[in-house]
Amino acid sequence: MAQVLPAERDLRRVIGDADGAGDRQVEGLGEQELLELYRSMVQLRTYDERSVVYHSQGRIGTYAIFWNHEAMQAGAFHALEDEDWIFPSYRESAIGLLRGMPPATVLSWWRGHPAGWWNPDDYRVASICVPIATHVPHAAGLAWGKKLKGERAAAIVFFGDGATSEGAFHEGANFAGVTGAPLILFCNNNGWAISTPVEAQTRAQTLADKAAGYGMPGVRVDGTDVLACFEATHEAVRRARNGEGPTLIEAVSYRVAPHATADDPSAYVDVERVEEARKHECVGRFEGYLRRAGILHDDLATSIRAEAAEAMREAIKTAEAEPPADVELLFANAYVDPPASFGSDLDELRGTLG
Amino acid sequence: MPELSYREAVRDALSRAMRDDEDVFIMGEDIAEMGGSMGVTQGLVDEFGPERVRNTPISEMALAGAAIGAAMQGMRPVAEIMYEDFLTLATEQIVNQAAKHRYMSGGQVTVPVTFRTQGGAGWSPGAQHAQQLESWFVHIPGLKVVFASTPTDVRGLLWSSIYDDNPVVFFEHRTLYGIKEDVPDELEPIPLGQARTHRRGEDVTVIATGRLVHEALAAAKEAEQEGISVEVVDPRTLLPLDEEALISSVKKTNRCVVAHEAVVRGGFGAEVAAVIQYSAFDWLDAPIERVGAKFSPLPFAPVMEEFVVPHAGDVLNAIRRTVGRTDGN
Ligand SMILES: Cc1ncc(C[n+]2csc(CCOP(=O)(O)OP(=O)(O)O)c2C)c(N)n1
Ligand SMILES: [Mg+2]
Repeated sequence: MAQVLPAERDLRRVIGDADGAGDRQVEGLGEQELLELYRSMVQLRTYDERSVVYHSQGRIGTYAIFWNHEAMQAGAFHALEDEDWIFPSYRESAIGLLRGMPPATVLSWWRGHPAGWWNPDDYRVASICVPIATHVPHAAGLAWGKKLKGERAAAIVFFGDGATSEGAFHEGANFAGVTGAPLILFCNNNGWAISTPVEAQTRAQTLADKAAGYGMPGVRVDGTDVLACFEATHEAVRRARNGEGPTLIEAVSYRVAPHATADDPSAYVDVERVEEARKHECVGRFEGYLRRAGILHDDLATSIRAEAAEAMREAIKTAEAEPPADVELLFANAYVDPPASFGSDLDELRGTLG
Repeated sequence: MPELSYREAVRDALSRAMRDDEDVFIMGEDIAEMGGSMGVTQGLVDEFGPERVRNTPISEMALAGAAIGAAMQGMRPVAEIMYEDFLTLATEQIVNQAAKHRYMSGGQVTVPVTFRTQGGAGWSPGAQHAQQLESWFVHIPGLKVVFASTPTDVRGLLWSSIYDDNPVVFFEHRTLYGIKEDVPDELEPIPLGQARTHRRGEDVTVIATGRLVHEALAAAKEAEQEGISVEVVDPRTLLPLDEEALISSVKKTNRCVVAHEAVVRGGFGAEVAAVIQYSAFDWLDAPIERVGAKFSPLPFAPVMEEFVVPHAGDVLNAIRRTVGRTDGN
């Protein structure tokens, strides 16, 4: 059995603005790839900021804001290949955009419209999981299956710091460890689970420490450093493909937005820390890195942002132009083959509609 | 007489019990500084401190189980499960543990724990945040199950649940938190297993729970315009059920509608209908009507949700059917 070392506790960083360490370069990321990564972050940022506005205008429902989580999502995503599966929580609702899912689809999801139902097979992006940690075992099962079938694909599952307190997380992680599933357990440690700080969630010094208990490596990265997120995930994917089993990645940040549009964090959050964290938000940090490397300049940045904004303008138009849902869908999808005896509700619906 | 909302009434019962009795404490996710996801426990941590208003990790199974452990030593914990849907994660503890300890110890272990939770549609949270799952627990010997529909009831019933020596699963309805009512200064405990007649009538008995009590009262008013006199009874405690009150009402009116927000099929109403037909068969002039949600997971889209869950109009149509009028439907 391979030896499992204690988790790395020091936050891995690539972008050198925080401690004056200087920027590092990441193997395999050329100028082209770096700009792609930047495009993805801007795409997510724009999606998120517009969504908060659309919510305030009553155009989408309650929305889980992911502002300052873009580095984790884009960084991890770019370490994957097309065949790899993604299991998002509500916090990663828009990660499908990076696989080419139209933003109108994700907006429709948040509008409660059937046009928001994507087929997971089309994008290798599973349905969004709202009950906390419940999807960790799903991801373990899918990844294990890929291994049993001799396929190359791995899976990644996103969940929060709070999710590590759920039985489903422990059982799913252990299962992945025992089966040697090609799985990346990506923990978005943003410091808060609604109003509960991570210190009240665990007495473990780090969440990455938990990995040892499941016989897998644990890695801690700066969650607002997109390149550190990329690098750690890239290594984990390589391990997974080499048959070395799962990896737990803890990406650390500080939640600077409310839990969701319905939440008012003023009663519990540390306002000064929020202010501080906002100053070092992840898109700006990466932009600084790219500018220092001479890869990004004003014109390019402006055009990338404009492109993302335009895509959202189109997307909300498309989502709002969807015809009202066919209400018969209510009964079409709960079963593959709805038994005839369930037909009375549908008859009543038809009667109501005239 | 102070006016209290349903939310404040829950809080009032909790804080009075904690003030009176060191053995009572509350535990749950985000219940301290934030005051719970529905604001029910707001301010309690200031008065009672974090030892007695315990924020827990997101671990429904462990928090339900830890409450059982405390209860076995004579504490009276009130464990909050943030959404009724997440009772699923605590079900082993509630169904196989809390409900069975007394039985399996030959009556020597008591588990005076209360599991408070809330659910219900009407705000479009989708398929996993608004279900009504009370009927599952009514099926379990060893549990008591309460579902209160008014501020006075929720306060008096919660108090009695805390002081009941059996495990109680206590359901609140999300859309009722804002309703207000004058309540007596003194908290009057309401015995578990006692129904409440909200309105007297002669022609039809509507047996309703939770939000549907209010829908039934609205339907009864409408029916009155049509010359149909409706009695509305809320069992309040689903287990044990006040069978006597329900049966005697139906024997008087000869017709019965059962109404709840949960899915009709296999719902609590099926149990009530069975009790009524067995004990009042010869008094019934019409089949017992059942009102509840359609057999569909709850949709996220507001219009769809609206269609799936029952409203006053559905109760009214059922009332009309029992008296042989089909004007509405
Ligand atoms: C099983 C379950 N319990 C409780 C909730 C209510 N809830 C929704 S989000 C949340 C906090 C989750 O925090 P974390 O895992 O840190 O993820 P974050 O929201 O910070 O991304 C809670 C308790 C839920 N959705 N599912
Ligand atoms: Mg968190």
